[in-house]
Amino acid sequence: MSSHNENKIQNDIRTWLEENWDPDVGLIEWRNKLADSGWGVPHWPEQWLGRGLPVAMTPVVDAEFERIGAVGVAKIGIRMLAAATLLDCANDEQKSRFLRRMLTGEDTWCQLFSEPGSGSDLAGATTRADRDGGNWIINGQKLWSTSAHHAEWGLLLARTDWDAPKHQGLSFFILDMRQDGIEVQPLKQMNGHASFNQVFFTDVHVPPENLVSTIGNGWNVAMTTLAHERRGADALRRWGKVSDRSGRIYDEERAEVATVMEPYKWYPQRTGRVDLVWPRAIETDRLSDPAVRQEVAKLLMLSRTAEWTAQRARAAQADGRPQGPEGSLGKLASSHVARAAARVHTLIGGADALLKGTDGALNGIIAEILLSVPATSIAGGTDEIQRNIISERVLQMAKEPRMDGGPFRDVPKNSTRKR
Amino acid sequence: MQFNFTDEQEQFRAVVQRFVRDKSPTTEVRRLMQTAEGFDREVWRQLCEDLGLAGLHVPEAYGGAGFGFVEVGIVNEEMGRSLLCSPYFGSSILATSAIVHGASETQKRDLLPSLVSGKKIACLALAEASGHWNSDSIELTAAQSGRGFVLNGQKKFVLDGHTADLVIVAARQPGTSGADGIGLFVVEGTASGLERRALDTIDETRKLAELSFNEVSAQALNDSGDAVAVITRTLDDGAIALANEMVGGAQALLDSVVEYAQLRMQFGRVIGSFQAVKHKCAEILLDVELAKSAAYYAAEARAENDPDVSALASLAKATTADAYMRTAIESIQLHGGIGFTWDHDTHLWYKRAKSSEVLLDDPSYHRERYVSLQEVLA
Repeated sequence: MSSHNENKIQNDIRTWLEENWDPDVGLIEWRNKLADSGWGVPHWPEQWLGRGLPVAMTPVVDAEFERIGAVGVAKIGIRMLAAATLLDCANDEQKSRFLRRMLTGEDTWCQLFSEPGSGSDLAGATTRADRDGGNWIINGQKLWSTSAHHAEWGLLLARTDWDAPKHQGLSFFILDMRQDGIEVQPLKQMNGHASFNQVFFTDVHVPPENLVSTIGNGWNVAMTTLAHERRGADALRRWGKVSDRSGRIYDEERAEVATVMEPYKWYPQRTGRVDLVWPRAIETDRLSDPAVRQEVAKLLMLSRTAEWTAQRARAAQADGRPQGPEGSLGKLASSHVARAAARVHTLIGGADALLKGTDGALNGIIAEILLSVPATSIAGGTDEIQRNIISERVLQMAKEPRMDGGPFRDVPKNSTRKR
Repeated sequence: MQFNFTDEQEQFRAVVQRFVRDKSPTTEVRRLMQTAEGFDREVWRQLCEDLGLAGLHVPEAYGGAGFGFVEVGIVNEEMGRSLLCSPYFGSSILATSAIVHGASETQKRDLLPSLVSGKKIACLALAEASGHWNSDSIELTAAQSGRGFVLNGQKKFVLDGHTADLVIVAARQPGTSGADGIGLFVVEGTASGLERRALDTIDETRKLAELSFNEVSAQALNDSGDAVAVITRTLDDGAIALANEMVGGAQALLDSVVEYAQLRMQFGRVIGSFQAVKHKCAEILLDVELAKSAAYYAAEARAENDPDVSALASLAKATTADAYMRTAIESIQLHGGIGFTWDHDTHLWYKRAKSSEVLLDDPSYHRERYVSLQEVLA
């Protein structure tokens, strides 16, 4: 992209913001304006509320928003995954129905993929969608759905054909969450937070126009969502950033962010918080113990080499070289780092590691680390799945023989839990 | 900080890799490890004269190529991959670094060209019976005698000590302790009063010797006067070079075990299809890649004269030594019974991993040093 082009984009957005930005206007009114102009999501197609700019140009636009203090479209939560999925896979009628209200923040979304019986094996979903005249009738149970308790819409993966092979019997639906037959219950985690929900469906209706893509193509659509999720995972840390300026529109944005970000507030702790290890070791004077010194060194070395490995992957990518094995290792590395960090925090804390909340070290942060780290090696693909991917795709090793071919009806599965 | 190799560096790697693979098949490694000298003079000549590797990091003024430590890392990695038997690490890295860092201008002009050309081989005699590579543990004495010095005492674990033409000796003034009174000295390999004995090593591809000094005349190696700093810089260079050598060896083990797992049939399937096997291989890959990041980063830091280079050298030495050793242990395990036989090659790398783990001090020592250096920073 030429710098001339970059300058032009910068000038265009600067001029537009200077003419249009008004901190005293309502949040939704402002975001409708953004959607009309295409500046809210400039990398989206012009036809669909964007300007068709390359993704690489979005930082130029973001910088101008930040400079003037303008509020952007609603980006946090599951809605951007939903939006990306619809942009890639939905028909025009669906796009025009849903995309705008995602950007204005009027609608929030949730993902309904995982089930009690299908975690790592997501394609083993047994939530069923049966035809009843024109409509689809949904029965079953979903799990690990962030924001399902306040979402207007859900992305639903359900089985429409039990005689087809596992991956070919799934379809993808847009589900109205505000209707009878849907029950959302918070799922309390071992760290005391309840960031996720379980969702129960009893004869829930989905109209035919809410089928995304074609019948039986649900797995490919879900893969699109997950690909965007993996790409966007790094952005999670930035989500919580809100302006501290005063004004009606900022107040409305802060309230929105507080609601959507609530489930994520413990997320930093699940990484193990290596950044806290050295200051904690100094403040507790535990570096006088040679055993602690060894463990602290092991952890810091592991954490630094993991970071450098990620940088090697990025450097190869920036060079346009084929990514080496280092690109597939990040998630497994972060599990090792998180576990090692929890162990070292325990070693440093001593008996204080028995306590949580205000009785615990660092006002409970250390306890939250110890109780949140187990999520890292499970969420977003378990370590075992990561090792399969690494050995099969990077090392080109043979696949384990599978037992789930043929009609899905005949595949051995977990017994469905009844409420 | 640069996180990738340039095209020129990749081309350089390809040249070195071709040479080492060609000259050091395991049949050759096995032949040389059973000789007293431990290396092939003709291959050494080609390595020095045709490829110019011995003087890679030596300034051009002394006949070297004036390259940085990233290239040194590449050479060591490729040599480690193929277990090349040569005095490269002992002479071209350790002894040569000591001279580059610590010798006077006249001494550099005098000593370096013959090391760069490979006509002479030098060794660094630093560790003693206590088995540590640092200034504090030196007991061998150097007493002034006229314009020269007289050395008395013993050195142990000296790489290529029994074959070297030139011995760089770390010693202390009689009556001093700790970092005080430390100096570096040059002794001819054939000096009178110097007795040399090859040690029986676990890793037969890397020859070590014990050197006894009985009233041996020596010349001081001096320029800066701060021999402790020279020794530190030399050992940092050594740790970084060795770290890169280790990741080459670890990668060779990983390649070999993955290949074997794809061929070996048990229970009607290749063993590489069992998760018990492939998950181990995935962990080895992660281990090796993290170790590479440590080795490469330290080499790059040394090339850029990063002030934190000592801590990074220790990080690299500890990380790569643990990764290499774990890889070697799992490689034998995954090969099963055949991996425990003499005829199978895995034990050659296992032994190199073990000698690399302990040489220049073990991972615990380097972790302790890393934390100590962080405390100084903080």
